[in-house]
Amino acid sequence: MTESPDRAGKSRPSTPSLWPAGFAAGIVLVLIGLVTSWIVVGVGAAIAVLSALLWVTSSSRDLRDEDEILAHTDALEAEAAAGAAPAPAPKKELPRYGRNVFLERATLGLGGVVGAAVTAPIVGFAVVPAFVGQKEEQVNLGPLDNFPEGKWVIAHFLYEPFEPQSVGRRTAYIRNNGFVDNVPSLTILSNRCVHLGCPVQPSGPVDENATSIETEPGQSVEIIGAQPSNFSCPCHGGSYDLEGNRVAGPPVRALDRYRYLIADGNLVLEGRFSVSTVEGEGADAKIKAYRLYPPGTHVDGPDQWMYPFTS
Amino acid sequence: MARNKTVRQQQLEAALLAPVNWVEERSGLVGGVKYFLFRNVPRDISWFQTLGSATLTAFLVQLGTGVILAMYYKPDPNTAYASIQHITNDLTLGWLVRGMHRWGASVFIILLFFHMGRVFLFGAYKYPRELNWIIGVLLLVMALAEGFTGYLLPWDQTAYWATVVGININATAPFLGPFIADFLKGGAEIGADTLSRFYSLHMLLIPGGLITLISLHLYLVMRLGVTSPPWSKTAAGRERDPEEETRKRGLVEPRRRGNGSDSIGGRASGK
Repeated sequence: MTESPDRAGKSRPSTPSLWPAGFAAGIVLVLIGLVTSWIVVGVGAAIAVLSALLWVTSSSRDLRDEDEILAHTDALEAEAAAGAAPAPAPKKELPRYGRNVFLERATLGLGGVVGAAVTAPIVGFAVVPAFVGQKEEQVNLGPLDNFPEGKWVIAHFLYEPFEPQSVGRRTAYIRNNGFVDNVPSLTILSNRCVHLGCPVQPSGPVDENATSIETEPGQSVEIIGAQPSNFSCPCHGGSYDLEGNRVAGPPVRALDRYRYLIADGNLVLEGRFSVSTVEGEGADAKIKAYRLYPPGTHVDGPDQWMYPFTS
Repeated sequence: MARNKTVRQQQLEAALLAPVNWVEERSGLVGGVKYFLFRNVPRDISWFQTLGSATLTAFLVQLGTGVILAMYYKPDPNTAYASIQHITNDLTLGWLVRGMHRWGASVFIILLFFHMGRVFLFGAYKYPRELNWIIGVLLLVMALAEGFTGYLLPWDQTAYWATVVGININATAPFLGPFIADFLKGGAEIGADTLSRFYSLHMLLIPGGLITLISLHLYLVMRLGVTSPPWSKTAAGRERDPEEETRKRGLVEPRRRGNGSDSIGGRASGK
């Protein structure tokens, strides 16, 4: 009875709880994990549940002030023992929770739970699919013999054979640099301008005849010879030399390139990477390679620090 | 004049008013509409103050034409362009409704900027109307987003590459740019999902937001009233010249307020 006010006084100054922040961090981790890995989802869910429990515990401390309830019970017992003698009133009046308060909070709480249960999957469905399964597929461009040594060819292919042609068509500019130590060397430039993604065109004559080969079911590759002197973009005038280095205009780096491999004598594209600059030419070129960045972003220098999360 | 109405006219009027009265008695809607439409406005407002309702009209035109266009448009990479050609060349009045939607989009944006300029130059964004300015800026952003998402839908070369460029501009934003771009594309590449995604944003999500915010915008206009122009001599909140007030009301003796030494009262008493 005597110690209860002191104890209660210690817990009285109610500082704002940090558990809601922990709960939010857990939810954020779950959302990130849905994109990256299930382990992160598990960790995030654990943090969220733990924080939620602690949040409820800390915010409901007033409701469960056991000391005071005990004190009140003591007082009632003393009153009963003393008969008519009035017992000393408890120092602090117990909080009263009327039915209306309970119903109000229950409505808000249940409404929030129902709303969150409905909203979370909707928002997740709207956002998450855009970020998962973004691996670049391999594309078979057919026999290496179709790419004569020292000549440029324009290769049109379907990036995803199941997409309609109008959407899935991609273009690469390919030059066979011959063999280096019995390994074929190729320069394969993506035709997407690294300014803002328009299709870069070869400046120079283009052959009239195209070779069409079906390398895989649904994968129709078109190969056209060309004699470009450089590459230039019709949208905003970006210009590149034959190694993809920027010559003029707004581009911030050299043209992206394709990784490739040779399988059963076929040239297979593996996906793109970004390039800052290329020194030298053809098989001797020294390529400063980076992971694939979006067009218009620097891959080197301080500007690159602004894009730490590129896929 | 009203007394000279024939019995037939009176009967006709009663018959016409009966359903209106029926609605009014049960909902109060007629009174609400009257309250909204017949508000007091400053006496020296001009055509400049009609730019807002002109913008609203342009939006309603977009809404009406867009709903009908959605009946014929097909948001699929294989059929989108063909369906636009079908609307323009084959369907009766399709060329007109599509043209209204296409040109109306520009009219909407142009009127938005005129309206914004009027509000800015008239100082109509000041207290207590700041919130309405903020809502207006959000409306402007959403209207521009409507333009961006609608531009892809014809699915021709211009539409496709303009959207590629627009999305890649978003991708160059620091830190979150690549994520914004992927969200807009609905994946790593612009494809079938991008088209239907833009279609959904263009005709469901953003218009819903626009309608909501326009309602709030109008509510605040109704609540706060229309501002007087900066050159107004009867600006709201300005103390009235008692003599002028009296003349306006056809009274003889001005009723003096205070001791008459206030600037305006003083002028009136000095005459």
